[in-house]
Amino acid sequence: MATVTPTEAPRRATAIPDTPGWARWANDHRKWLFAAPAMIFVAALIVFPLAWTGYLSLTDAEGSVRAESEFVGFQNYLDVLSDTERFWPAVGRTATFTLVALLFEVVLGMAIALLLWRPFRGQKWVRVAILMPLVATPVAVGMMWRLIFDPNIGLANQLLGWVGIGPQPWLAGQHSALPTTIFIDVWQWTPMVVLILLAGLTSLSEEPQEAARIDGASTWQRFRHVTLPLLMPTVIVAILLRGIDALKTFDILYATKGRGGGSFHEVETLNVYAYGLSFDYNEYGVSSTVLILFFLIIIGAMWALTARRKEAKR
Amino acid sequence: MKAGPAYRVFRVVALAIVVLSLIAPLLWMVAASFKTNVDIYDTGKALVFSPTLDNYTNVLKQAHYAQFIGNSLWVAFAATVLSLILGVPAAYSMSRFNMKKSALVVLMARVIPGVSLLVPWYYVFSNLQMVGGFTVLILSHMFVSLPLIVYIMMGFFDSLPDELEEAALVDGLTNIGAFRRITLPLSVPGIATAGILSFIFSWNNFMFALVLSGADTKTLPVAIFDFVGYASIDWGGLMAAATVVTLPIMVIALFVQKYVVSGLTAGATKG
Repeated sequence: MATVTPTEAPRRATAIPDTPGWARWANDHRKWLFAAPAMIFVAALIVFPLAWTGYLSLTDAEGSVRAESEFVGFQNYLDVLSDTERFWPAVGRTATFTLVALLFEVVLGMAIALLLWRPFRGQKWVRVAILMPLVATPVAVGMMWRLIFDPNIGLANQLLGWVGIGPQPWLAGQHSALPTTIFIDVWQWTPMVVLILLAGLTSLSEEPQEAARIDGASTWQRFRHVTLPLLMPTVIVAILLRGIDALKTFDILYATKGRGGGSFHEVETLNVYAYGLSFDYNEYGVSSTVLILFFLIIIGAMWALTARRKEAKR
Repeated sequence: MKAGPAYRVFRVVALAIVVLSLIAPLLWMVAASFKTNVDIYDTGKALVFSPTLDNYTNVLKQAHYAQFIGNSLWVAFAATVLSLILGVPAAYSMSRFNMKKSALVVLMARVIPGVSLLVPWYYVFSNLQMVGGFTVLILSHMFVSLPLIVYIMMGFFDSLPDELEEAALVDGLTNIGAFRRITLPLSVPGIATAGILSFIFSWNNFMFALVLSGADTKTLPVAIFDFVGYASIDWGGLMAAATVVTLPIMVIALFVQKYVVSGLTAGATKG
């Protein structure tokens, strides 16, 4: 390393005589020297396992990770894609969960972000409140809502009782479990959308707003025709970030309903299904097939959204 | 926006509803952790009850939560520090040399479902007899932390002008020297943001620890999940356990609010 003392005159970077050879070598190759360790780490933990999962999806591996398995070609894919009992319902639940949760999170998130946009007294405390669900541990959040939604002793039914509505089964009901978990997801993650949209709103310039106001646009018109189009790229980022995580939701589903997404698989999404196949039933071949298909779905959704974002930026 | 009095009233009411619906469930959880199970079952004692610390003493003494707190702290701390060591130089290089494709490789880790990696990991690490040990847990949590840190730090370095580094080069520093003595000290806010976020995400992680941890290395989220057995639920204890895992992270977030927010929204508004 070159040492610089105040008495020395400034020197050019190209001539550093007191630099040892290895340091000069390191300096010349710093690009990959810096980037490679992280990339090798990620590649070793992703590329190789992912290739393995791809291979397993073509075998009948089951039982123990050490057991012998046979190559069965695309048999698993045929089986899974024609499985209307577990696979396709899981695809449907994943889509329902993700789309409904996203819809609520984006609409509510936008409304709350607009409420917080202009400074007011106490804004700091509202922001703190918004941050709290976001950093809370999802498993603990699941347990917390389990108590609140308990059909017999939960606060939710108690509140309904006060306004004269009978008790609901919530998480315990075969048809109400999925909507209830969507509610929990919306509670925890709408704040994420708020923060992203708020960052986007704050970075918008004031001039288009002013111009629209001078032209006599109403508040709604200003939002619809000025703010929203300008904010669109940020909205899509929010959908992208939140959507990927919503597709992969596991913690709150497993914490509230346990293995297999409940006794009727009522909240069994693709991720929960694949986890169950792998670690509750040790069906590695089939689970790998489900995961590869799941992965393709995620990549497809991302690709579509990224293309949409490029359009919106134009 | 010029706020008329009607809008102002509407905003106060709307914000009050927002804050209440976000905070009330958490308060309910904390309140239940101070109730006896008899009081939890008694709907008449929803708000008025005589608080007890029994749930906490049960959880910390009988359920060995002190050990799980230690495990969670150690795993989150180690994963964060190691990810920073790997991730900060990588993010610097990717930002300065505009390595878009390489960045994509690291960011892929954010997209891939964790389960698809768990089976191969489980196979390899159980053959190496490492499942249940801290090494494997820390490695798997780094898989969450590293992409997050690279993502946040790339955005930070992109926004850091390189004039100062150039000035340092003229003054005779090598490029690496300029990174170490000029850029790194200027990056402390970014590193703090990335580190805090990485710690929170690792602390909250459930799935990797569910598969890869053993009885002695269990982290808090797994311990909470195991609290719910087949028998009737000890609600008071469960809520105390849930409070033990969430409250510290919420207190941290309260003090470093600015960093958490900037980390969560990193990159959302730029090109």
